[in-house]
Amino acid sequence: MGLEKLLGDNIITTSVNSLASWARKNALWPMPFGTACCAIEMMATLSGRFDMARFGAEVIRFSPRQADLMIVSGRISIKMMPVLLKIYEQMPEPKWVISMGACASSGGVFDTYTLVQGVDQFLPVHCYIPGCPPRPESLLDALMKIQAIIGEEDERDEKEEMETATQLEKPASAERETTEPPLPGGS
Amino acid sequence: MNKEREITDKPVEQDPPDHLGADLLQKGLAEDPDYRGEHPEPRFFITDETEDDFGGRMMTLNLGPQHPATHGTLRVTLKVRGEKIIAADTEIGFLHTGFEKLAEHMSYQQWVTVTDRMNYMSAMNNNVGYAIACEQLLGVEVPRRAQVIRVILSEFSRLADHIVCNGLAGMDVGAFSLMLWAFERREKVYDLMEAVTGTRLTTSYTRIGGVFRDLPEDFDELAKNIVEEFRSFLEEMRSMTIGNRIFEDRMRGVGVIRGEDAINWGITGPILRASGVAYDVRKAMPYSGYERYDFEIPTQEDGDSYARFVQRLAECEQSLDIICQALEDLPDGPVLSEDKKISLPEKDEVHQNIESLIHHFKQIMFGHGILPERGREVYSATESPNGELGYYMVSDGEMNSYKTRVRPPSIFHFAVLPQLIEGSMISDAIAVLGTLNVIAGELDR
Amino acid sequence: MRTTLTPEQITERLAKRFAEGVAAHLPPGEGSTRLAIVRRDLLLDVLGFLKSNPELSFDFLMDVTAIDHLHFEDPAIGERFAAVYQLYSTAHNHRLTLKTPIPEDDAQVPSAVELWRSALWAEREAHDMYGIRFEGNPDLRRLLMPEDFPGFPLRKDYPLRGRGERDAFPQYLDSGPVSRPVAAASAEDAPEGPGNGEGDGE
Repeated sequence: MGLEKLLGDNIITTSVNSLASWARKNALWPMPFGTACCAIEMMATLSGRFDMARFGAEVIRFSPRQADLMIVSGRISIKMMPVLLKIYEQMPEPKWVISMGACASSGGVFDTYTLVQGVDQFLPVHCYIPGCPPRPESLLDALMKIQAIIGEEDERDEKEEMETATQLEKPASAERETTEPPLPGGS
Repeated sequence: MNKEREITDKPVEQDPPDHLGADLLQKGLAEDPDYRGEHPEPRFFITDETEDDFGGRMMTLNLGPQHPATHGTLRVTLKVRGEKIIAADTEIGFLHTGFEKLAEHMSYQQWVTVTDRMNYMSAMNNNVGYAIACEQLLGVEVPRRAQVIRVILSEFSRLADHIVCNGLAGMDVGAFSLMLWAFERREKVYDLMEAVTGTRLTTSYTRIGGVFRDLPEDFDELAKNIVEEFRSFLEEMRSMTIGNRIFEDRMRGVGVIRGEDAINWGITGPILRASGVAYDVRKAMPYSGYERYDFEIPTQEDGDSYARFVQRLAECEQSLDIICQALEDLPDGPVLSEDKKISLPEKDEVHQNIESLIHHFKQIMFGHGILPERGREVYSATESPNGELGYYMVSDGEMNSYKTRVRPPSIFHFAVLPQLIEGSMISDAIAVLGTLNVIAGELDR
Repeated sequence: MRTTLTPEQITERLAKRFAEGVAAHLPPGEGSTRLAIVRRDLLLDVLGFLKSNPELSFDFLMDVTAIDHLHFEDPAIGERFAAVYQLYSTAHNHRLTLKTPIPEDDAQVPSAVELWRSALWAEREAHDMYGIRFEGNPDLRRLLMPEDFPGFPLRKDYPLRGRGERDAFPQYLDSGPVSRPVAAASAEDAPEGPGNGEGDGE
């Protein structure tokens, strides 16, 4: 926000920042970019049993202009990658990306001629979720980790960091976390 | 209201463009600087070129590949005049992963994990179809208990697919609750799948010669509870939609396919049966013990979206009957073929005695493994919830197949879409797409 | 009247009717069933006969695909490619598999789209994956790969991991910071050609 320019970097802007972060993280509007099997688990997460609405993220907006969290779920082929990038660029700042599942994170089982081996080659990803498909609880865990990221960061630094990161062509690793798969036997 | 649209087949005469320039045949990216990853130009088969009376212009509108109403990564390019669709063209391939090429590099046992990811709404049916194809390729007998288990789980998987298809079709025309309720019931099936196979969605449960492991102790109770719950849920779904004025108005008369046209276009499954043709692979060429069960093939007359919706509900009822009969029919016995050349031995056997260790080694290590006869080929068809799922496999005597071709039902269903929606409104196109149940994973592989 | 014929009987009738152009081939293995291998120039006649003859009455073309015999010579086929047709009859409940040898240097075959519309997309996919041209198919574009993809993926000489198409997106390189593949360490090492093009974004 442009508040820092107006008011300087002091307690007022910090409080407003944390208020803004609190509002953002508790009302994330996901943009589900669901392509394959992970999309079904994402739909299951949005449904009654694993309710994503508890975390404020029930308003799934298929319009990128109104979303701030993109959940890339499913395998991304070379035909789909430009579409993904276009949608990502249409999302307004600040935006976060969850790469759900093995295929979106790294190509998964499918090391073939047509699959992008991980969307982080082309997008900055904030949270990876392993699994094929990951359980809905993993997606909720990732959502909570994104909320933690939003809570901790300072917006301005994050934006600068992302810009330098893409120029260096090495993804920024400081903010990146992975979720752990749930322990067996849990439900 | 929409008039009945029949499928005409008069494409515009055009020269097919030359894709087969010999110099492009084997070049890679580095050698071909002109590669831009282009999408094909939409080609509209406009059957009558009448101009609008008011001189209205046509607009090209893109539905997909990222759109809430296209279930999966499909692209439909529409030429619309106002709200009315003049012509449509489709594009797929946004989820193409090269499964068939992978099959040429993965062993027969390994590729079963890939089959789940095709029709991910009903993974068990894909697994069963693939296992049956491999068993025909190898000439392996499957124990009866394994056959009955496959039937039970396939039918549960079919239930899960049908109710979600209906739920999503309902959501597309505005009945959002249907989708939420359908997913809740699907969770029950997930619980069952998790108890049996270990995962919710991508089961990979069948092995060549049987299934992975035996059922848990409380399976019978779990299954019966789910059957009871589904019976009441189907009643609920019926009461919400059948006789509902708005639902019927949205779905009746939309996307009509006649029986002969459906056959000509290669359409199988509930869509074919909703157009009046009673073809079901489970009855025509039974597999895995289906001939022992008493069930009907329901059909509908109209062939529109409403008929497809009702057809899926009717098939769910039949599936529940099959499950009840199969639960009674479940014999004791092994769940995996005893043939040591085909099935992996139990892990504790492998750790205890040397023959099992050698067999395990021979199965897994490269150069050994399951080796069908060189030159043997098979086309095996099973009835997946979408239609006839065919596996065509050719073996060259190696551990991985020489050619694996999956005949996906969705591709033929999606091919007929431009004809179905021509002349209707955009919202009718959504209603049609919802009931066609096109699963992108299966379409693109 | 519904008379279900075995593949042996069907191929026998075909061989009787089209003497030299059709061979009834029995693949190796116990329990294999015969399939028909049809010479390319007789293909449409044979398919028309299979569809129209009342005792055969194959009204369903279930699938059209192709095989690349580059690494596995099949003496019954003799050429590099073979187009495979799966047929089914709802009236009589019998199936048939039919193959047509296709030479590599003249990779085309007549299209079955006039007989069964299901051939429209099935042949498109066979063309996309193998590069075989189906003469008479009104819509022979690529189906699954991008339009100008250089190569035919399911051919045996195309590698599983491709030739680099999955790491670079030439039509996308003028639209922002996320445009260069991670693998390139510096600007000089970035791949030539698609690096600085002005493609039209999709």
